[in-house]
Amino acid sequence: MLSIARKFALAFAVCALSCAALAQTTAPIKVGLMLPYSGTYAALGVAIENGFKLFVDEQGGKIAGRPVQYFKVDDESEPSKATDNIGKLIKRDQVDVVIGTVHSGVALAMAKVAKDTGTLLIIPNAGAQAITGPMCSKNVFRSSFSNWQPGYAMGVVAAQKGHKKVVTITWKYAAGDESAKGFTEGFEKGGGKVVKALSLPFPNVEFQALLTEIAALKPDAVYTFFAGGGAVKFVKDYDAAGLQKSIPLYGAGFLTDGTLEAQGEAAQGLITALHYGDGLKNAKNDAFRLAYAKTFKSQADVYAVQGYDAAQILSIGLSAAKGDVKNQAAFATAVESAKIDSPRGVFTLSASHNPVQDMYVRTVKGRENIVTGVAVKALADPSIGCKP
Amino acid sequence: MSLGSLLVQCLNAVQYGLLLFLVASGLTLIFGIMGVINLAHGSFYMIGAYMAFVLAPLFGTNLFAMLAAGVVLAVLFGYVLEWVFFSFLYEREHLQQVLMTYGLILVFEELRSIIVGNDVHGVAMPAWLAGSVALGDLMSYPVYRLFISGACIAIALTLYAVIQHTRLGMTIRAGASNREMVQTLGIDIRLLFRTVFAAGVALAALAGMLAAPVSSVYPGMGQQVLIICFVVVVIGGIGSITGALVASLLVGVVDTFGKVFFPDFSGVGIYVLMAAILCWRPTGLFGPQR
Repeated sequence: MLSIARKFALAFAVCALSCAALAQTTAPIKVGLMLPYSGTYAALGVAIENGFKLFVDEQGGKIAGRPVQYFKVDDESEPSKATDNIGKLIKRDQVDVVIGTVHSGVALAMAKVAKDTGTLLIIPNAGAQAITGPMCSKNVFRSSFSNWQPGYAMGVVAAQKGHKKVVTITWKYAAGDESAKGFTEGFEKGGGKVVKALSLPFPNVEFQALLTEIAALKPDAVYTFFAGGGAVKFVKDYDAAGLQKSIPLYGAGFLTDGTLEAQGEAAQGLITALHYGDGLKNAKNDAFRLAYAKTFKSQADVYAVQGYDAAQILSIGLSAAKGDVKNQAAFATAVESAKIDSPRGVFTLSASHNPVQDMYVRTVKGRENIVTGVAVKALADPSIGCKP
Repeated sequence: MSLGSLLVQCLNAVQYGLLLFLVASGLTLIFGIMGVINLAHGSFYMIGAYMAFVLAPLFGTNLFAMLAAGVVLAVLFGYVLEWVFFSFLYEREHLQQVLMTYGLILVFEELRSIIVGNDVHGVAMPAWLAGSVALGDLMSYPVYRLFISGACIAIALTLYAVIQHTRLGMTIRAGASNREMVQTLGIDIRLLFRTVFAAGVALAALAGMLAAPVSSVYPGMGQQVLIICFVVVVIGGIGSITGALVASLLVGVVDTFGKVFFPDFSGVGIYVLMAAILCWRPTGLFGPQR
């Protein structure tokens, strides 16, 4: 009896030793996901996480030879809690890298903490220009876009269509302002003029007064930046006010992304600009969409792509640094010189760590944003104020 | 600004104000009579909107049957909610009330997420209300928005009739000004509270159901309404239905014209209005004078 117990004890001890040794050689890389899991942007957070995990799973659950361990924090799209939330990941969970987030205000606070603490941060959506502008940092990367990019591209296209007089309407917060500024820059370079910039506080959705104002101004076209519930309501209100048939509406792609089911008829024919769209033909995209649909039983969207590419950036950098997150110089050099094979098409990262990418023109048809052409090839954010 | 668009803006203001009134009237009833700060009131609006999303396909074009069914469900829901949760709150301090009702917001949002998901959904409007009326050469006004305004006016009149001219209304008014006195006069205050609470929930849910086709349904839609409704209740005077009506229209006007004339400061307009009115009348326009 005693001998059996002893054998067990021995076996246990051996196992414990070997297991500990095993853990040391392949210590997991700790990935902190700070994304919105509640509120308006909850669906976006889930898509980003799915995209990220899809890439990791394709590599056999490992990045740079190390298994991946996830830590999740719901950022609630609440800038005032952002510093605390990222602190939980960095201090309590001791993560190696933080992935997040959707809301620009939250991301700005995260970028500041990342810069101060030297923590690796990859932003899978938030387009605030400052992150890859004055606040840019060697350890902060973005896999998505800057708010300026889709706006600028749409402005170029609107000018090409021969419009002269345009009104912009957005929420009055960083993303809206930057998007409208990008549009104005692209549009006025092409010879047009933005006659009025309308705005309302975020996330107010009472548009009727401003629609009446648009009707009174009689512009050639309207450019808008709204997302989520606000985008649905704006497109429907614009249509119900009878403006759709006389004044074309253009937008940054978020106007019609993930919202087409709710927008229904009112969105048909809308033209938007973004770095991704439906019916984009390339081998990478086909494989990505198929794998995503199989794994998550839903269609991939632009947010899933951005999550997927965040994982790609991590993988490229970490492989070059031989799995050592502290070797940030090697990480950054590898990522800056990489051609990232994304479902959106191949893109590179600028010196300020923002994607240099093709911006597509898309037209809404049924429930899809069909890509009809390239608005601007390899568009880089101006990244004013970034001294890397 | 031309006279034409000025008139349309007035219409916008009144239309927005009336919808606000529908939500705020329920809040002011609950706040004023039961003395409970109900942060979950916005959730009732949200629940109403999602109810319209779920019920609309079942009832097809029969909008009124759907609204009636929704109101019945909301009344039952409110009745049970008061019984299970709110009836324990009356003697507690405001801080505890805020804690519990805030907790309820989280619970309702999570339930919404589990049951319906986090996507934005459109709600179909009945075909007979889907048209629009031409206003000038460029703009048109959706018939459904006019219908909402009509419905809000009808409900406001009904509320007025009930509160000013029925026995129930009399006890409600009495309860708002002096709860202890009502109790000593032998009125079952518990039943009164339960009725008022159920009515408040039903009003908010009805507003949500009416607004759903134009606003669509999306996560967090209740919170935004809640804040503006508290502004309305405070401006109008806590517990006063007439005050809520006047304040709603005021907020509608200030918000609409603020957006048009002072676009850079449109967000603060209604709060400036609130501050100004509170300086002038600390208990609101129609609140009990102290």
